[in-house]
Amino acid sequence: MKIHEYQAKEVLRRFGVVTPRGTPCFSVDEAVAAAQSLGGKVWVVKAQIHAGGRGKGGGVKLARSVDEVRTLAGQILGMQLVTHQTGPQGQKVRRLLIEEGADIKKELYVGMVVDRGTQRVVLMASSEGGMDIEEVAAKTPEKIHKVFIDPATGLKDAEADDVAAKIGIPAASVPQARTQLQALYKAFWETDASLAEINPLILTGDGRVVALDAKINFDDNALFRHPDIVALRDLDEEDPAEVEASKFGLSYISLDGNIGCLVNGAGLAMATMDVIKLYGAEPANFLDVGGGADAEKVTEAFKIMLRNPGLKAILVNIFGGIMKGDTIAEGVITASRAVQLKVPLVVRMKGTNEELGRKMLADSGLPIISADNMAEAAQKVVAAVGGAR
Amino acid sequence: MSILIDKNTRVMTQGITGKTGQFHTHACAAYANGKNCFVAGVNPKKAGENFEGIPIYGSVREAKEKTGANASVIYVPPPGAAAAIDEAVEAGLDLVICITEGIPVKDMLQTRYKMQGKKTILVGPNCPGVITPDEIKIGIMPGHIHKKGRIGVVSRSGTLTYEAVGQLMELGLGQSSCVGIGGDPVNGLKHVDVLRLFNDDPETDAVVMVGEIGGSDEETAARWVKANMKKPVVGFIAGVTAPPGKRMGHAGAIISGGTGTAQEKLAVMEECGIKVTRNPAEMGKLLKSVLK
Repeated sequence: MKIHEYQAKEVLRRFGVVTPRGTPCFSVDEAVAAAQSLGGKVWVVKAQIHAGGRGKGGGVKLARSVDEVRTLAGQILGMQLVTHQTGPQGQKVRRLLIEEGADIKKELYVGMVVDRGTQRVVLMASSEGGMDIEEVAAKTPEKIHKVFIDPATGLKDAEADDVAAKIGIPAASVPQARTQLQALYKAFWETDASLAEINPLILTGDGRVVALDAKINFDDNALFRHPDIVALRDLDEEDPAEVEASKFGLSYISLDGNIGCLVNGAGLAMATMDVIKLYGAEPANFLDVGGGADAEKVTEAFKIMLRNPGLKAILVNIFGGIMKGDTIAEGVITASRAVQLKVPLVVRMKGTNEELGRKMLADSGLPIISADNMAEAAQKVVAAVGGAR
Repeated sequence: MSILIDKNTRVMTQGITGKTGQFHTHACAAYANGKNCFVAGVNPKKAGENFEGIPIYGSVREAKEKTGANASVIYVPPPGAAAAIDEAVEAGLDLVICITEGIPVKDMLQTRYKMQGKKTILVGPNCPGVITPDEIKIGIMPGHIHKKGRIGVVSRSGTLTYEAVGQLMELGLGQSSCVGIGGDPVNGLKHVDVLRLFNDDPETDAVVMVGEIGGSDEETAARWVKANMKKPVVGFIAGVTAPPGKRMGHAGAIISGGTGTAQEKLAVMEECGIKVTRNPAEMGKLLKSVLK
């Protein structure tokens, strides 16, 4: 689960990370009031959307007067902010963060993720703040310093100090940096984060270490024990189809193509997308219907796929195993009738009673195309949308 | 022979009283030597009871002492699943197969940390389990699609593994063992560990390795294959069409920071001498083509 920058900063502050003072706002008037109450001479007006790259997209602006805060807030609120992470349609800005300006002397990077190889939380730090860390990793990997954190001890003083020095924090500010890095780790660990990033972490003119930006993602599997984090969820930032699917226990992800896929199991679902592409068309979605492809689930899955106006055909690929072919067929037939399916439907199923299942599909009077294996299914569904592009 | 499990393995089910645990314990006990293999269940609240004649004990330790079980399979729901693994490790079992999907990553980090230096082998979590066809199945895979033979299968996915097995069967190729290592980012056995076991198994002739996007397990395994593997390995990686930054169903199936892509994995596997296919419908055919 993702949250906004201002929420991430609230979480980090709870654990002792220092951030600029700021106020989240939902309207221009609130933004003006926030600037007035913060005081000072310089403010930053920051669009709050879940995607990164907001600054480059024009969603982060400096204001030197309260009037300018008003103007900029008016411009940014409601805009379709396009960044490299939003796609060309952009994301509508509904929230702002008004922050006091900062005196930036140096911009650094610190972040934490779970390292799968060592099975530990890894701290990554770099002197190259403000840049995409992936870009730094690709071009100058030697500038990224890593600490694999022992879960029994947490981030040790010596480790934090060493990393702080390596990324260019002057000796006088190292104790502050240590506190912040340890607070970041504590926040990561205590909240079951999957990623926590401060980019940039800045050194101010007077030697203070401050988190100028913040991003935290959380492990969905652990949300059950963090109701306070779940409360931060902003459904406006999520794909409505994905949200709807999750209500029915379906794992769904929208893609750009025109062939809907309904599959049991995540690996087979990906493989089905891949085989559609291999035969020259593009999948419209990833959809894992899970263990039980009963009529109700298949119906809901069809409904969600059919919300996509560009959908031209559907491929159902079920490896029954324990689930019987006739049960699957019944689910598909009931669902097709329930949604009055108009687009071509190709069904490939495997498992006990698959012959019976196929006969049921053929006898249903519905225009369902059967296929024996994945390759044939893909070829048939690609043909149904007018062949390879 | 086979790897990890055979007809002499003695298994206890942790979470035997839940719906999933009951359904699959019943199916596993009914498969091949299952009646002899599945000897105990664990549930602290139901000790002294039994499930279809399988006695239930209050702890893993007690179940091990009373029945000689050396392996366990876990269906415990996510909040308590890591603790169930810990209990099995503490009791000194040889093998723990954790089926549970949805365990918090932090719980697994702590469990894996505690497992350091312990003898217990962990398969999973979030996996279909392990099967040695016509001898024993431990997990949720459909037993009837398999048959004894000389091909090893290792995979991060459930149904995609069954797909691979189905394709092998159409070509008349049975399996020595099939291992689902699971779709989570922090897990027990990895591709490389299972390949090592297949390499040492005199009754495995060749291996199908099925991977997916996320992490770098497949690359690690490929490099090991290049240096050590004496048997042919063929591979498929799911997720060529997966967009970056999105979890594709499995918690571990995510392209992050431009790494963990299917293309990258396929390229490394090919460089290391593994025959790969980009067509998931041709895993079986490809395997057959490398057999001598």
